[in-house]
Amino acid sequence: MKRLLRYMANFKYHLLLALVLAISSNLFALVGPSLSGKAVDAIALGKGRVDFDTVWYYAGLMIAFYVVSALLSYALSILMLRIAQRMAARMRQQVFDRLLSLPVSYFDRNQAGDIISRVSYDIDVISTSVSNDFVQVVAGLVTVIGSLVMMVIISPPLVVVMFLMIPLSVYYTRFMAKKTKPMFRKRSAKAGELNGMVEELITGQKTIQAYAKEQVMTDRFDEKNEEAVTAYYNAEYYGSMIGPTVNFINNCSLTAVTVAGSVLYLLKKLSLGDISSFVLYSRKFSGPINELANVVSEIQSALSAAERVFRVIEEPAEAEDIYGATELAGVKGNVTMKNVDFSYVPEKPIIRNWSMEAKAGELVAIVGPTGAGKTTIINLLMRFYDPQSGEIRIDGHENREVTMKSLRSSYAMVLQDTWVFEGTVHENIAYGREGATREEVIAAAKAAGVHEFVKRLPEGYDTVITEDGVNLSKGQKQLLTIARAMLSEAKMLILDEATSNVDTRTELRIRAAMLKLMEGKTCFVIAHRLSTIQNADKIIVVNNGNIEESGTHAELMQKQGFYYKLYASQFQ
Amino acid sequence: MKLIVRYCKPYAWRMLYGFLIKILGTFADLGLPWVLSYILDNVVPLGEIRPVLYWGAFMLFLAVAARYCNIWANRKASLVARDVTRAVRHDLFVKTMGLSGSQTDTLHIPSLVSRMTSDTYNIHHMVGMMQRLGVRAPMILIGGIIITLTMEPVLTLVLVILLPILGGLIFYISRKGIPLYKKVQSSMDSMVRIMRENISGIRVIKALSKTEYEKKRFRSANDEMLGRELHAGSFMALSGPIMGLLLNIGLTLVVIVGAYRVNAGASEPGKIVAFLSYFTMILNAVIMINRIFMVASKATASAGRIEEVLESPEELLVTKAEEFARQGKDVPHIEFRNVSFGYHATPGDTEKYCIKDISFKIYHGESLGIIGATGSGKTTLLNLLMRFYDVTEGQILIDGRNIREIPLTELRERFGVVFQNDVVFADTLRENIAFGRELSDAGVSQAAEHALAAGFIAGKEEGYDHKAAIKGADLSGGQRQRLLVARALAGTPEVLLLDDASSALDYRTDAQIRKNIRESYGDTTTILVAQRASSVMQMTHILVLDEGECIGYGTHGELMEQCDVYREIAEQQMGDVE
Repeated sequence: MKRLLRYMANFKYHLLLALVLAISSNLFALVGPSLSGKAVDAIALGKGRVDFDTVWYYAGLMIAFYVVSALLSYALSILMLRIAQRMAARMRQQVFDRLLSLPVSYFDRNQAGDIISRVSYDIDVISTSVSNDFVQVVAGLVTVIGSLVMMVIISPPLVVVMFLMIPLSVYYTRFMAKKTKPMFRKRSAKAGELNGMVEELITGQKTIQAYAKEQVMTDRFDEKNEEAVTAYYNAEYYGSMIGPTVNFINNCSLTAVTVAGSVLYLLKKLSLGDISSFVLYSRKFSGPINELANVVSEIQSALSAAERVFRVIEEPAEAEDIYGATELAGVKGNVTMKNVDFSYVPEKPIIRNWSMEAKAGELVAIVGPTGAGKTTIINLLMRFYDPQSGEIRIDGHENREVTMKSLRSSYAMVLQDTWVFEGTVHENIAYGREGATREEVIAAAKAAGVHEFVKRLPEGYDTVITEDGVNLSKGQKQLLTIARAMLSEAKMLILDEATSNVDTRTELRIRAAMLKLMEGKTCFVIAHRLSTIQNADKIIVVNNGNIEESGTHAELMQKQGFYYKLYASQFQ
Repeated sequence: MKLIVRYCKPYAWRMLYGFLIKILGTFADLGLPWVLSYILDNVVPLGEIRPVLYWGAFMLFLAVAARYCNIWANRKASLVARDVTRAVRHDLFVKTMGLSGSQTDTLHIPSLVSRMTSDTYNIHHMVGMMQRLGVRAPMILIGGIIITLTMEPVLTLVLVILLPILGGLIFYISRKGIPLYKKVQSSMDSMVRIMRENISGIRVIKALSKTEYEKKRFRSANDEMLGRELHAGSFMALSGPIMGLLLNIGLTLVVIVGAYRVNAGASEPGKIVAFLSYFTMILNAVIMINRIFMVASKATASAGRIEEVLESPEELLVTKAEEFARQGKDVPHIEFRNVSFGYHATPGDTEKYCIKDISFKIYHGESLGIIGATGSGKTTLLNLLMRFYDVTEGQILIDGRNIREIPLTELRERFGVVFQNDVVFADTLRENIAFGRELSDAGVSQAAEHALAAGFIAGKEEGYDHKAAIKGADLSGGQRQRLLVARALAGTPEVLLLDDASSALDYRTDAQIRKNIRESYGDTTTILVAQRASSVMQMTHILVLDEGECIGYGTHGELMEQCDVYREIAEQQMGDVE
């Protein structure tokens, strides 16, 4: 709440203007009924005696007031729209900027869908609430207070009659809001569950058909469906009472006002026009009160949305470069790790007091069974995570003493889950080096062996790759990312060799490209091929999240440890 | 729209009943201002307080009746909406589950999901709203006009002139506004796309220090969205003030015209007071009808999308065959006889074929390995065998019987299968293996042992009761594949189909699982699609596919001699081993 207000303070002058507009536009609208009352009084003189001058006078005034009020209210909505949308745009940018400076671990912990929904859905809820609720609250207040004043001016006794009804109305909406809130919450929760289930079952449709379990799944679905529609019905069962009941209370107050008004008229305390305008005011008065329940719940949901958004904005960013961090330049590619301790969660140490040295141009292979934690070493080298103790040095510079940018740009990287974005082929390759020329891009593509393929695309290097990548196979994507890495002049390379779901021939091409990429670089390779492993200057064997052993192929074979077993299994 | 009518039909009486009650309620609501004017014009002039009180009591009675009837009718409406939605969703789900492979391909899975969810919500919303407001608003509109006509025909003219203007305005603004919002939606889409790309590529972006560049990219999408949002919003914001203004101008006109009428003795002041009240009610009804139209048009679009699924024709019909005696073991278990297939191809349309004239026989307990480049049709062969698609030419026989003659359920129950990118459900690990089949715990855990999944399952705190995350996101690729293999093995299928089920496994695990299958599932016929020659070399038969054609069939030894492509693949991969 406070944070949201602080955020809105950025727009305080706009908001002030909006406030003035809201108040004046509603005041203008409020004058309407009293003017029409005056006109009705002039008419009430009866047949042949209607005071036309007065009627025209007030009618003219009415029109004038309504026009001004309409203009003001349009100006107000434009203003609020601007405030709300600019605020939303700023929030989106802030969240996005913050996301990019968060440590990689954040993305390992949070689902993409959830992060995205904060930017798309939550911010939308906030901006809608700001643009609507602000106006509604101000307008409501002005209307309530204004009509109250007008009614008091017309007839204090009638106000007393009306006021008997108000607490009832307020109390009832509050009571019902409280009562139905858990039901509406349950309704959205159940809808969410149903959505999740549908998505899962439809994605798994083929599997379900393959196991001929349509009936079983339909039964399960029916259960969820039943829960969802019942929750919906339950919420509506009570929700459906609110409208008619509030209406009922208003009708009661209308009745009371009519009866009391007539009595007062008979007692010559009130004119007919007064009753007419009083009735109009009392309708105006009850309007915002009916809306109260809605507005409150909308503000509540906006606040909880804001909380989710601010949680991202306030997430601690990745460690900044230390003061006086040096810029890595002219890297040769000597990497040392000394007495490194590391764990993702405190209780589960993954690397204990481990040291290693890779000289410029050497090949380090990281091997181990699936899911053994081979990426951990890469996370440390690239400083996606920092070790708890120990040090990692490049050419003698401690990782933490150099700028993040220069550290990371001294590595080229090709990962298993190939990443391409929606943009042209050229943009995707040139992503590795800013301002790369077309010639350089083509050279890189040739080196990676994709040039021929790219040439055959409808627009060559300017062909746009779409998000779902329908126009590229997995293997081709991988070759593109290799071409991207080719452009980099980094002296060190991180490479994941895995080529699952790629056919043999493409695999051969990828492999040739990788070999070319590795030339003259210090390479850290998550190795899947025996040829790579055997030629490695150093092999790191990882198992169950721990570094099991390390050494050359010959040393490890001689040791007859885990590596030996792993290696021998290939021939069974 | 037809769909909604069809599904509402069984509830026609209930709905009619609800409508009648609703009409009563609406009459009561409409009666109030009428009584008000009657009191002011006819009762008050009597100069007595008592009748005023009587009429007041009558107003109170109307208020109570209105509340009671409206609540009652609203609840009936929700009930109907609930039952209609439940039925639509159920039918849609059953239909979706039964779609053939090519139907699912044309409709797309994400679209099927949104038809199942947001489209059925739209229907739910509309069926409820139609009953609640669909009666009330038109009734107030028509009833209001009739009452005002009888009360004051001339003043009603003001209304009659104003209504079409208002309606036209609403129509114009929404016509113009909707495309503007579509534009907003599309810039939202591209913004979300950039976010998605950034989240999935965060490591690459950070490694290349491209964060500033990405921020700029996001900013331009964000600015575009802001611009479009302001444009659309400013336009749509017109409708409120303009409608309000029109309404108020109408009010003023009523006063002016009323003044002349009263002066001429054709009307009474009390009527004008009541008229003003009706006037507001009627115009509110117009606004409400506008809203109903918006919801209805959305729901109609949704209903159309649902109908498209529901009306897709039954495919994969089972042809009637004479009684079939089960054959002995000398008949091939699985036989492909000159099978050709193309998506949406007609027989003879060889251009479109992606499977061309494939024939092979495998006997009970034998195994077949299929190897070939991506897109060579390996997966398609399995799809045809399981009859997700029907062959275009040729026949597939199981135990000598054409699979078209076997009821789908009976056919598919013979298989245990792992697809490429198969699904782990957000359910317990046990249920993921048992998958709705009645399997004992021992059966489940044995399958898990054989698939080498037992180890990691035991490592989970709750063991087999561990609830996997959506799409098994909390499991590694290798764990997922082992779990899926366990699913396929559980229940000891007649035929085991593994489509690239070991791509995330290392050689050792892969080899061990294959060994377990050979040893413990001797009677099971296995068909295995693989990328690695080492995975298929021990199979009884190996089929080498190239662009849908069989370019080699035989044992490993035979193929090494006869098939160049196979030898190339094998030597390349085995080369590593030397």
